[in-house]
Amino acid sequence: MNSPELSDRKEVDLSPEATAKAGVILSSLDWIYNWSRSNSVWPLQFGLACCAIEMIGTAGSRHDIARFGAEVFRPSPRQSDLMIVSGTVTKKMAPQVVRIYNQMPEPKYVIAMGACAISGGPFKQGYNVLKGIDRYIPVDVYLPGCPPRPEALLHSLMTLQEKIKRQKSLGRNITNPAYADGRRVYPVPELKGDDLVPPFNPDVWTPPTANPNVEDGCPKGRPAR
Amino acid sequence: MSPVQTMPPRGYHLSKDELGADILEVAMGPHHPSTHGVFRMDLKLDGETVVDLKPVFGYLHRNHEKIAEDISYPMSMPFTDRLDYLCGMTNNWAYALSAEKLIEIEVPERAEYLRVIVGELTRLVNHCLLIGFFINDLGALGTPLLYALREREKILDLFEVLSGARMMVNYIRFGGVRCDLPEGWLGECQRIVDAFPAFLDEYETLLTENEIIIARAQNVGVVTREEAIDFSLTGPMLRASGVNYDIRKVDRYGIYDRFDFKIPIGGHGDCYDRFMVRMLEMRESVKILKQAIRDLPDGNIMGKAPKIFRPAPGEAYGRIEAPKGELGFYLISDGTPIPYRFKVRPPSFVNLTALRHMCLGHKVADAVIILGSIDIVLGEVDR
Repeated sequence: MNSPELSDRKEVDLSPEATAKAGVILSSLDWIYNWSRSNSVWPLQFGLACCAIEMIGTAGSRHDIARFGAEVFRPSPRQSDLMIVSGTVTKKMAPQVVRIYNQMPEPKYVIAMGACAISGGPFKQGYNVLKGIDRYIPVDVYLPGCPPRPEALLHSLMTLQEKIKRQKSLGRNITNPAYADGRRVYPVPELKGDDLVPPFNPDVWTPPTANPNVEDGCPKGRPAR
Repeated sequence: MSPVQTMPPRGYHLSKDELGADILEVAMGPHHPSTHGVFRMDLKLDGETVVDLKPVFGYLHRNHEKIAEDISYPMSMPFTDRLDYLCGMTNNWAYALSAEKLIEIEVPERAEYLRVIVGELTRLVNHCLLIGFFINDLGALGTPLLYALREREKILDLFEVLSGARMMVNYIRFGGVRCDLPEGWLGECQRIVDAFPAFLDEYETLLTENEIIIARAQNVGVVTREEAIDFSLTGPMLRASGVNYDIRKVDRYGIYDRFDFKIPIGGHGDCYDRFMVRMLEMRESVKILKQAIRDLPDGNIMGKAPKIFRPAPGEAYGRIEAPKGELGFYLISDGTPIPYRFKVRPPSFVNLTALRHMCLGHKVADAVIILGSIDIVLGEVDR
């Protein structure tokens, strides 16, 4: 019974990577849960404009989004985790975007793909263009570009995966902060006259007021078109 | 009061026809995998048969024309890329053509050849993708589209080396093109063009005599020759109905009179003919490309364009045969550097007008492929 192995006790490395190497999976629930979630993000098959073509290109053979477990583009919001807002959101389309977002099950994520989805992009001065989808729904990753390259979309997906891996399954971290009061849906804006009512959702977006020369994201004094 | 059309509360509702039978009203879109963007069809169905169809668009109305009336002529060039976002080069070309009519600018020979080369490459990209999407609509999810995307990436690489961007190329200028070919570009282009017919053969082996495609696409969405003319259809849609009309042959804009190519014509005007016309057009594009690469002369790439583009009062309409049909820009100048009126004549919008006529009497599943065979891009329909 005097084997040297037993008497010679050492500190054991119990980190998931080390135990996995030894053939034993020993992990916190969060780690394994987030690891599996982040590697099977199912995006919503939802193309709005030009960026959608690059999104399809990312699903193609060369860029192959399947390497990141996100190749299952679901046509139904009920089955998807990630909404890639790929393109210009017009005032006519914004209510539908918010409604589709509400229909997705928790936990859900949003990538604002392209300049238009972030801020209106080149069409910002247009009278019918929403100046950023983050006015109505919370955005996790902003992906600039017009349109962003497929590599950039992959990078934004990896950024999202990092974010998912940092989340905790207990507590409020995993659901969206605007849900703190128990509401399950975001208010859907309505197009009345020539503008959306309400103009933004104060739970997720506040107008930039720090810069006195900027008014509603546009240089002051420029006539609203 | 509100001009906006919202979805019916449940997405569908029932009404009765005059005999008391149930008519199901379905709003298909704007978020639907097969509407090629944010397009909505309000369908009225008797069982599975389409009895009425109302297209609803405007979900991507980005005010291109109105913005263009606020900025100078050259500043609109990057916006034209985003009209039909699959074919940036041909959009640039159409706009440059109409601006060159407003101010007489001589385009150098080399620039004309470069325009033809990038324009025909764009046609390959567009038709490739369209056929991929069309087969996707038929139910072959993925595989044919992946083949198409593979070829598209090769051509987009060429565009990227040439102009710095994959899709939004912003390459053609009033009086020429923006930059000359980088070293080795032409050889690479030649290699891709030479290899393209092999891809087309592969694609045709897979698709052309496929029983499912024949069963689904033949005699579906028929437009006769007279109807096609009455609907002002252009492009492959018109030619599939048997009308020999291609602006490359009719106007002979640029230097298209120097190339030897044929215009594929369909005989039945159904979805299958539209598919085949595009397949054959790709082969003709390859022919044009080979001739253009062979004959490409040396020389300037920019004509004598004025520093400030300030045309005399007047109007101009320039049009080209874009991959989807006749793409025209109508400009009215009031003597200032900013256009007084900027109008786009988009082919997909006009072709879409025939949708209801084509869909009536067919099944819902056929409505999807009929829409796919029209080849719409919502950036251009809604502008």
